[in-house]
This record gives sequence, structure tokens and C-alpha cells, in this order.
Amino acid sequence: MTSFRLADVGRLDASKTARFTFDGRSLSGLEGDTLASALIANGIHLVGRSFKYHRPRGILSAGSEEPNALVGVHRDAARRTPNVRATVQELYDGLSAVSQNRWPSLAFDMGAVNNLGAPFFSAGFYYKTFMWPKAAWKHLYEPQIRNAAGLGTAPEESDPDHYASRYAHCEVLVVGGGAAGLAAASAAAESGQRVILCDEQAGLGGALRFESGSQIDGVAGWDWAQATAAKLAGMDNVRILPRTTAFGYYAQNMVGLVERVTEHLATPDPELPRERLWHVRAKRVVVATGAIERHMVFADNDRPGIMLASAARHYLNHYGVAVGREVGIYTANDSAYGAALDLHRAGIRIAAIVDLRDDPRGEMIDAARAAGIELLTGHCVAKTGGRLRVSSMAVMPKAGGASRIIPVDALLVSAGWTPSVHLFSQSRGKLAFDTRRQIFLPGAQAQECISIGACNGTESLAETLEEALAAGAQAVRGVGGEASRSISLPSRTAESWTGGMSGSAPGAEPGKAVKAFVDFQNDVTAKDIGQAVREGMRSIEHVKRFTTNGMATDQGKTSNLHGLAIASEILGKPMPEVGLTTFRAPFTPVTFGAIVGHGRGALFDPTRKTPMHSFAEEQGAVFEDVGQWKRAWYFPQAGEDMHAAVARECRTVREAAGMFDASTLGKIEVVGPDAAEFMELMYTNPWKKLGVGRCRYGIMLREDGFVMDDGVVGRLADDRFHVTTTTGGAARVLHHMEDYLQTEFPHLNVWLTSVSEQWAVIAVQGPKARDIIAPLVAGIDLSDEAMPHMSVREGTILGVPTRLFRMSFTGERGFEINVPADYGRVVWDAVWAEARGQGACAYGTETMHVLRAEKGFIIVGQETDGTVTPHDLGLDWAIGSKKSDFVGIRGLKRPDLVASGRKQLVGLKTKDPKIVLEEGAQIVADPRQPIPMKMIGHVSSSYWSENCGRSIALALLQDGRSLMGETLFLPMPDRTIEVEVTSPVFFDEKGERVHG
Amino acid sequence: MLLIRCPYCQEERPELEFRHAGEAHVVRPHNIADISDEEFEAFFFHRANPKGITHERWRHVHGCGRFFNAVRDTVSDRFVTTYKAGEPKPALEEHKA
Repeated sequence: MTSFRLADVGRLDASKTARFTFDGRSLSGLEGDTLASALIANGIHLVGRSFKYHRPRGILSAGSEEPNALVGVHRDAARRTPNVRATVQELYDGLSAVSQNRWPSLAFDMGAVNNLGAPFFSAGFYYKTFMWPKAAWKHLYEPQIRNAAGLGTAPEESDPDHYASRYAHCEVLVVGGGAAGLAAASAAAESGQRVILCDEQAGLGGALRFESGSQIDGVAGWDWAQATAAKLAGMDNVRILPRTTAFGYYAQNMVGLVERVTEHLATPDPELPRERLWHVRAKRVVVATGAIERHMVFADNDRPGIMLASAARHYLNHYGVAVGREVGIYTANDSAYGAALDLHRAGIRIAAIVDLRDDPRGEMIDAARAAGIELLTGHCVAKTGGRLRVSSMAVMPKAGGASRIIPVDALLVSAGWTPSVHLFSQSRGKLAFDTRRQIFLPGAQAQECISIGACNGTESLAETLEEALAAGAQAVRGVGGEASRSISLPSRTAESWTGGMSGSAPGAEPGKAVKAFVDFQNDVTAKDIGQAVREGMRSIEHVKRFTTNGMATDQGKTSNLHGLAIASEILGKPMPEVGLTTFRAPFTPVTFGAIVGHGRGALFDPTRKTPMHSFAEEQGAVFEDVGQWKRAWYFPQAGEDMHAAVARECRTVREAAGMFDASTLGKIEVVGPDAAEFMELMYTNPWKKLGVGRCRYGIMLREDGFVMDDGVVGRLADDRFHVTTTTGGAARVLHHMEDYLQTEFPHLNVWLTSVSEQWAVIAVQGPKARDIIAPLVAGIDLSDEAMPHMSVREGTILGVPTRLFRMSFTGERGFEINVPADYGRVVWDAVWAEARGQGACAYGTETMHVLRAEKGFIIVGQETDGTVTPHDLGLDWAIGSKKSDFVGIRGLKRPDLVASGRKQLVGLKTKDPKIVLEEGAQIVADPRQPIPMKMIGHVSSSYWSENCGRSIALALLQDGRSLMGETLFLPMPDRTIEVEVTSPVFFDEKGERVHG
Repeated sequence: MLLIRCPYCQEERPELEFRHAGEAHVVRPHNIADISDEEFEAFFFHRANPKGITHERWRHVHGCGRFFNAVRDTVSDRFVTTYKAGEPKPALEEHKA
């Protein structure tokens, strides 16, 4: 293999080699190479196939704007990153890269038949072709398209790397470490303010990396950049972040940066995060993001070996790599001459410079002539030859005439430079159109940011440095600092950026049947854009979506302006009237890993466990997730399935007793002289007359009259209520209470405190409940006379202070022992020891649900869905009829809420007692009616009830309370189930058991 | 992420600490039980949803826990000012620039 690495050119150390593979082929590069420079050094330009036509593609650029050279980089089975731009992937020893979008091989790709079918794959192809028949979409078109589409292959194993996340604050954030960014950072840093400077490349220097003709402060531009970066890095108030992309500019100067920490390392320390996401909040942002060179739009401009002129200079001047031996240049501006001159000096033959301009003038043009390079002004490249690599260019006068075939093995193109206004635009700044240069520049700003240098349209080095120093000083003064402006940066440059064009070059006008690519990655040609306009697309946003121009992973960094220029020309309207597509974050693709950071797996969401969780674990409980809580679902014993375990638990509770961990209930302490009055306003029930030591079941409504939450409330003192809420409603209820207390009823002297996690709650339910707890409780008379159902006492249990509630969610005699959370497990164990002696069991949430359903007790969120009133639930008794105000009092009177025909809570008994209904099943009156049937209700809860010896269900049924005893039907996919409407109470209808 | 100034803490804090709580200056009638259907409809259901300056409630839920009011521009997302619950709408002329 002949090497294209030149001796004594570039900045890499020829003795430091790095081995790598491309599609399994073993190759050698140098430390400091990118994958792209190393491939070119090995003479490889063909690196991928295009997305739609599978055309052979090479390396277009030397930076993050790269549309073509996307490869997979594989470290191991789990670390296979698709769509890595070879131009930004730093080479490391052992790197393994594979080409994408080709089968069976890169050089011979079956998918390239799409190229032959190109006339059929025109813009809007998918929209038009895959419309009919409808069924074919699901079974034929979509699977086929999905199979064919997509770039690269995602790894199948989960990501083994970790990702870090950091917040940072600074006075001045400088984005971009080229001449402008370094000068601005120096000026800002000198003041002592906190400065962060980030750049997406491995080192700082920006365009000085390739601009051989620039001198700053008496030294070569690149050397000045390295010295300046080193000086900044040594300052305490400066943080320099290389390999760090500012990908998003958000509100109030928050800029998202992603730092690639290990992507360039051969054997990364596993302790290091792969990437680090920086959330930077900056008082001032200096945007110095430079400009991106545009390619020329002409026939067959996509062959491997055709690349941006600046990219060739990168590869030559930095990496010491020649992109070819016989190089053509096709340009419409001066900067490409620099590439010709640099290559010429390095001994590479320049076949010709083809300049669209009739009479370009200036030092660089003179220098090219002086070097003896053939200069064809007023000429264009009509087409190119070659299959897997460009082999020739056909040159002709742009006005027409005979064409001449010039052999080349690389063709450098430059249509001018597009200022990188991405971040400025993301900051919601307005773009202004420069009519003379036909480019968009930063206009009115929306946030505290300053654009400088090439991204601001500033072309000369001297002006850029002046602008940068001024911006650094301005940023410092803007945050109240003192800018001394002691830095001056004299400069000299032979570079020139004069000239430029956008849109299609002569011979590739939209009417011509040639493939002149505008957007390489999505295979959009000038003809496609012309077609979009002909078919009625007028706004660039429509053109974009119809042609997919600018929609690929490179987001049209090289193609947007060309596409706009072509549309604008056909429409006969100036570019600003056709519009520029919106720039959105991220600037370059960001991994999900970086965004998610540590928040995955066990750290995705907190897991809440009760103080008695370990007991349930030891007993082999099966857990269910209830919000963030882990709750014991049931406690299977040897040989039991869920059904058997729940049946046993249900039976045991009613025959002896059961213990249930109710710690997850929300608990709020409502305290203060006006506590009772506040409770009157928050709940439908009357509270003022509730005696100290008594409890009441409370219902909370929203202002619209619908049930929001419920729970038992105990009055501990005149001015103190212990309120319980549903497990899921705890935070919502406190928020609701705080809202009213702070904003509607601020005159009330009340404090609200969440005590959900302060109290562990052990429910002991069943005929033997009192016998179980009695030996452990002190200071409380547990007799029915002294402590009847729905009362609360304070005393001790095992010497631990307790709030002991006599209450029941099972219909049995029951207690709920509240103890400080730290004592939860020890008290539970003591009660458990007593319980076992009485033949009791531990039961889980499933048994709790069954037992309460046997009693017709509702669960908010199961029997209610935010459109259910207390009346619908048969809970009118819980509304204080004499009250003049409570939240929801007016909502309850709304016409729809008092009208007949509302769904009401009823019980359902299946005619076949063994059939357990499905929750959510719909109820109809007549199963023979045509579909769609009139649905008059639905099942909200349904269980097998061991205690009733049959299935039971609760339902919400239209006018249900007037349908008692009626037969209704539930049509299911395989059968229709007959049910009888009953009372929602299935067990102990008189409610005698709670009293013991 | 927005920065929001809590008028109680007197500090600018990140949006994550706050929770939006709907339109501000919607006063619950003292005689709410007696108002007409139309009055209840206007109080409970109708909201201004303007394009531009809006008055809205926020709660510093992961901070001091207080509800307060904010003036925000719904177009730019810019917070013009924040003020304590119960205080009148601030005069806006001074903030328009």
C-alpha cells in the first residue's frame, strides 16, 4: 500500500504509530490522527454508501459537519457505536471501524440498484408510492422500508459505560477555541472572572489548524493558539474543555455541553465516564463557532475523492497527509487557492484550478499564477468520472463550449463559507440576511451573547482578533467586572475568504437531469428541490420535509444554504422570503447516555421501602409497585400460587386476624387554632363537632365537585388532626391543602406537616385483633366501651409511643398501630409473635383489596376516575349538609352533577358464581343490540371472594341504584356474561363485625 | 432550564425546584356556594391563555414551599417579575423595555 503521508509535513510524530482496522483490513496511522486522516493516509477515500441510492461516498470534510463518512466504531460486543463521523473520531491503537449501509461489501453493494432506479426514487417518493392499498402499509411497505432504511446498527447489549453530569457557573462562556475564541477568552480571563472555553476538537486552534498563512503576535497562528491555550489552562479562573461540543443553547444563557472523555483512548479507565454532560449557566456567552465551507453543486459531485478545499488543507497541514497526487480545484471563492498553494508547496501536482468567477483578483490568485498552476477562470466542472473514486473532471467554459477531460484523483471544492449561526439561532436571536454576500448573520439578540469572528461574518484575521478582544472586554464589563484591555494581538495573514456562491453551479440547474447533490447524507439533488417547488412547496420548511434536505444526522450543515438558494431562484424570491429552516438543538448528535447520565437502572427513580419491608422479604412475600413504593402483594406459603395464598389470607383475617403493613399511607398533621375550620373547608365532612379521640372517614373534593382523595382522620386534640391520605395521593393532597391555606384561606392559623415517613403503620384486623395487641399496649383502655370503633388514643406499645387507631378497612374489628418509623420493625415483630399465637397471618395488598371490596369500600383511583362525585358513590352521608362552604360545594351543584343518568356504585354478582369479571369490562342492557352497543357502565373492581364463596365485583352503572336485582350483560370477546345488580356490600351487610 | 426568582427566598433558583400552578389572580368567591352557574363557569373553567404577558402562579415546591405569582412572557418565556401571593398585579410599564 502506497502511503499518502508526507515526510516533514504536518504536526504528527511519525514514530508514534497506531494500528487500526477498517472493515477487517489492518492499517496503520499515527497518534493524533482522526480516523479520516488515517484512512486517507492509506489511500482510502471510499468509506460508505449513501442512504437512498447507495452511491459510493468518501470523506467530504475534516470536521463535525461531515455528511458522508459515517462508520461504526466497535470496541466490544456492547460498545458498537454507529454513525460515528470518521472526521471527528480520534485514532487510537486497536480501533476497529466498519463501513455502513452496504451489503455484501463496500465496493460491491447490492443496494446500489436503487441508483439505477433513481428516476423512481424522486422527492416525495415515499409519500406518493406507499399510499395504497392501506393494508399493504402494515404488512409490506413498512417492514420493507424499515429494513432498508436507517444508518448503521445499534448494539443489542445494554450500554456498559457510565456517563457523568455536572453543573457549572461562569461569568463568560466562550464557545469555540479558534483565533476568535482564544482571543476573547484571554481578554475575559485577564479580568479574573470565571471563564469556560470549550471546543469540539481535540485541541484548540480552530481554522488556524489549516490556515498556513496566518501569523499572530509574531508567531505562526497555530503556535500562538497552542501557547495561548496553555497560558489559559494555567489560570485558576479558566476552565478549558476540549473534545466538548456546545450542542444546545437554552433559556437564560444555559448552554448544554457534552464532553467526550474516553472516546479517543485505546484502553479507557473504567472509572472514567464515557461522556460528561455540562449544564453551564453563563452570565455572558461569546459565540465563536466559525464557519462551515460549502461544496459546489454540480453533476456527480459526490464521488469519493471530492472534498472541501479546507478539509484537504487540514489533512495536509495538520496531519501531513496528501488527499491525492493529481488534485483539481473547483471554486467560487479565494480560500480554495490556499489549498492549491499548500499542496503545490508540498509537491503535489495541481491539475488545474477551475474558478467560476470571470476575473478573480487578489494576492492568492496572483500567487497561484506565479506558482505556475493552470487557472481556468469563468469555467465550470460539468461532471466527473470514476466509480469508487473520482478519476477525472470535465471542464468547460461556464457560458458553454467544448469540454476538456482533466484526469484527477482528488477534486477540492469550495463554494464559500456559511457562518455557523446554529447556537445564536437556538438562543432565539434573529438572523439578518447579508444581501451582498448572500449569507445569514446574527442579528438582534434575545439573550446575553456576542457573536464574533467567522460566525459573525467577519473575514479578516485582524478584524476577528480586534472583535474578539473587544467582546471579551465587553462581556467582563457586562457582568460588572473591570476589563483592562492590556492584550493586543498584531497579526498578518495571506488568507482571503473573498467570493462565494450558493445554489447550483452552471450545468446543474434544477431542470437538468443530472445528479448534483445538495444534501449528501439524504441523497437530495438540485433536481429534487426543483421538483418540490414545482409540486407546490413554497416555504423552505415544506421543501425540507418533502425532499428531506437538511434532515439527516448532519442537519444540513453543508446543504441548507444551497437548498434555500435553489428554491429561492426557482421561486424568483429573495432567500429571506423563502425562509431559513429553524436551527434546533442538538448541534451534533448527542448520545442518550449523556442525557440520561446516572439516572438509569436503580437510579432511574427512587424506590421507597417501608420500615417493615425486610420482614416481608424474609417471609417470601411477592411485591408490587405502587408508585415508588414496594408493597407486599401476597405472602405465598409452600406450594401456594397467588390465588391460594390470597384465599387463605382472606379467610384467616375474617376467622382469626391478619397483619398488614399500611405504612405507605399518606399522613399529614393539621395543627393550629383554626385546624378544625380548615378541615371543614378541605373535606366535605363536618369536623368541628368531632370529639377529641374520635375518627371520621373524610372525603376531599376538587373545586369541580369530583372526589380527589379520602382517608380516616383522627382528632388528637382540639387543635390537632392526624389526617391520612391514599398512598398515591399523599403529595397531591398536601399540595392542594397548602395551595388553599396559602392563597385562599391565609387568615387561618394552621400548620401542615407531612408525617408520612415519620410513622410506621401496622394494621391488625380480625376478630382476635384486640387479643393480639392487648399484651403489648400500655396506657390505653382497649375495651369496646372505652375505645369504640373509629377512635384514636395515644399511649405506648412495647414502651414505644403510639397513636393507636381503632378503625377498619376490612369490616373486622381492627386497629392501626402508628409508631415512629425507626421502631416499625421491632414493634411489628412483637405483634407478629402474638399474632402467630392467635392463628393470624400476614397479608398483602391483594387481600386488603379483596376484603375491602367484600365490604363495598371504595378505593380512590379504582372506583373513581376524576369524574365521580360522593353521591355517585353513595357517600352523601359524608357531606356536611349544614356547611356553608367547603372546596367543591359549588361544583357539586353543577347541572351535570345533579342530573339523572349518572353512573352509580353498585355490586355485580355473576349468574355463574365461578366467573370472575374483568376489571374495565363494559356493561350493556341488551346483548343482542347491534354494535356499537350502548354501554351503560363498567366494572371497577372484581375478585374471587373466598369468604363469600363466589366472585364479587363493584361497578359504576348508569342509574345503578334503581336497577337492583336486574339482569345485565357483559359482552366479552369469547362469550357474554350475565350478572345481577346488587348492593356493593357483599359481606356482613349490617356492619356488626367492626364492633367486635 | 429557566431560572425563577422566589420572592420569599429572594433567590433565583432553577426551574426544577418549582411547580407551575395555573393562572394567577383568579379569586375564589367568598360566597361560592351561592354563585350562579355562569359565575362558576367563569371562575373555574375560563382562563385567559394569552400570547404575551401572563400572570401565573408558581410554587417553590422543592424550596420554601410557598406559592407566589409571576409575570411571564409566553412568547419569549422571559420572567418579567415575581411577587408574593396576595400582592396586587405589578405595574408593567417599567418592565416593558
